Amino acid sequence: MAKELIMDIKDFSFKYAGAPKPSLENINMPVYKNKITAMIGPSGCGKSTLLRSINRIHDLYPNNEYTGKINLLNIQSDEFENILDIKKENDFIRLRQRVGMIFQKPTPFPMSIYDNVAYGLRLDGVKDKKVLDEKVETALRGAAIWDECKDRLKESAMGMSGGQQQRLCIARAVALKPEVILFDEPTSALDPISTKAIEELISELKKDISIVIVTHNMQQASRLSDYTAFMYIGELIEYNKTDKIFLNPKEKLTEDYITGRFG
Amino acid sequence: MLNKEFIFKKVAFSSATLILIVLTSIFIMLFISAKPAIEKYGLHFLVDSNWNKTIETKIPLTQAQILAKKTKTQSSDNSDMNDDNLFADDTLVLGDDASGDNVDVSTNIKTDTIFGGYVPIVGTILSTLIAMAFSIPIAMGIAVFLAEIAPDFLIKPVGMAIELLAAIPSIIYGMWGLFYFAPIVQNIFGGSQMSLLTAGLVLGIMILPFMAAITRDAMNTTPDVLKESAYAMGATKFEVVKDIIFPYAKVGIIGSVILSLGRALGETMAVAFLIGSVFKVPGSLTSPTISIPVVLANNFGEASGDMMSSLFYLAFVLFVFSFIIIGSAKFYFLRGRR
Repeated sequence: MAKELIMDIKDFSFKYAGAPKPSLENINMPVYKNKITAMIGPSGCGKSTLLRSINRIHDLYPNNEYTGKINLLNIQSDEFENILDIKKENDFIRLRQRVGMIFQKPTPFPMSIYDNVAYGLRLDGVKDKKVLDEKVETALRGAAIWDECKDRLKESAMGMSGGQQQRLCIARAVALKPEVILFDEPTSALDPISTKAIEELISELKKDISIVIVTHNMQQASRLSDYTAFMYIGELIEYNKTDKIFLNPKEKLTEDYITGRFG
Repeated sequence: MLNKEFIFKKVAFSSATLILIVLTSIFIMLFISAKPAIEKYGLHFLVDSNWNKTIETKIPLTQAQILAKKTKTQSSDNSDMNDDNLFADDTLVLGDDASGDNVDVSTNIKTDTIFGGYVPIVGTILSTLIAMAFSIPIAMGIAVFLAEIAPDFLIKPVGMAIELLAAIPSIIYGMWGLFYFAPIVQNIFGGSQMSLLTAGLVLGIMILPFMAAITRDAMNTTPDVLKESAYAMGATKFEVVKDIIFPYAKVGIIGSVILSLGRALGETMAVAFLIGSVFKVPGSLTSPTISIPVVLANNFGEASGDMMSSLFYLAFVLFVFSFIIIGSAKFYFLRGRR
């Protein structure tokens, strides 16, 4: 059982700089390998905060406080390491290469499509043009966008549609061969057709990558995910297999939320 | 209700129109006032380094004069141009130089005073270039520090200091430059205290806060998610600044540089204190020269005739300069937005 885990969050609490009380309290949640874990809950429940803790993007801003553990499996040694112990810049970079992130709005960099995908690889020290070309193509194919952009790799990524940009961002993250990708409401700024493409892509990706996704869209959570966590005001109310959460929730609060009685 | 709407629209419209009218009328006024000089000197004005120089030309003698006597051609050979300028009035054969059309009856030499704008034009361009070369790298450093690196408790005080620096009147920069900064520059680089270099550096210091503040604001418009996604790819701070913030804020940064450039071109007071006000193409960075605004400020008081229209010609040149620079910046902005 333990071998199937990629991450394990233990007693995690988080307080924003200057906030009077913690935004997250005593979260305990596993993340299974090659599965999709969805986090749902009303706005302000802390699901994005938790997501952003997992690759420590919070640490770009000073004075946030956290306690507990977030363990990430080291594939080489097959042992869990607590990512909250990371202090050195280089280790942060390693962590963020291992745990990629996709944001609510597409965030193409102000450069060409090719350079966007090659960006992380170049940062990682890949210089060989041939290797780069190959990896960029693989990543773009992986994100199901190669056919649409193979003829305009040198054009600015800003000229793509929203859905294409989001898939480009996924390609960019996939290129680094991360172990986990975090999705923060990846389709909330997109139209239904682009949303469908992204969802198919995410289901496809879980063959190689473990996925955590925050979503406001409950159909999306039930369609996509294998496990679902329901959060409410900084606490994890219920965590279980997705079908159990949606068909047979244990907690009254969960039931009220998924049946649309509040939220 | 309708009436209010009508008045509101009209007021807004006429305010906007006023700007166009002012701009056009300044342009027309400059052109008309400069017209005598433009007609007299043409484009040669731009490359002529003589200012307020008396030249003498022989004119054909009338019959009576030929009978009376023969005259030798005199060529004026002024080895020291400066002296000639400074004492132009004294060396003239006949009184009023500004009328420019005096014929000495005894020698048949026509004296004329010529004006050329080459020296102040070169002085303006060079001092501005020095200022830009000095201030751009430092302003970028300040902006990057304030936008990305500075800890919270430093952002406010340093930002305030920058804005205060931008608010200091230029004459104070001039005084500081003259009494404090110029000796330091001379100690380090040699040459004269009042020089192109001193003026350029103080000019650079003047536009620095301006450029830094606008550049910082432009950099601050970079969305946090964009920076975060670069960090999430494993970028370091330097890489985020270089690859994300600079390209993203490029248009605003270029705008800040252009605005500062416009300010440096037209700066009068501080430069008047420091550039030396000598009509001479500078032999080196540390020699004194003069710039267009300084010529205008120093000479309008007692100018008339050709000199007056030449001053307007210079002003016209400066106007067109600034216009071209701002215009090309706008062009760049528009192209960037598309």
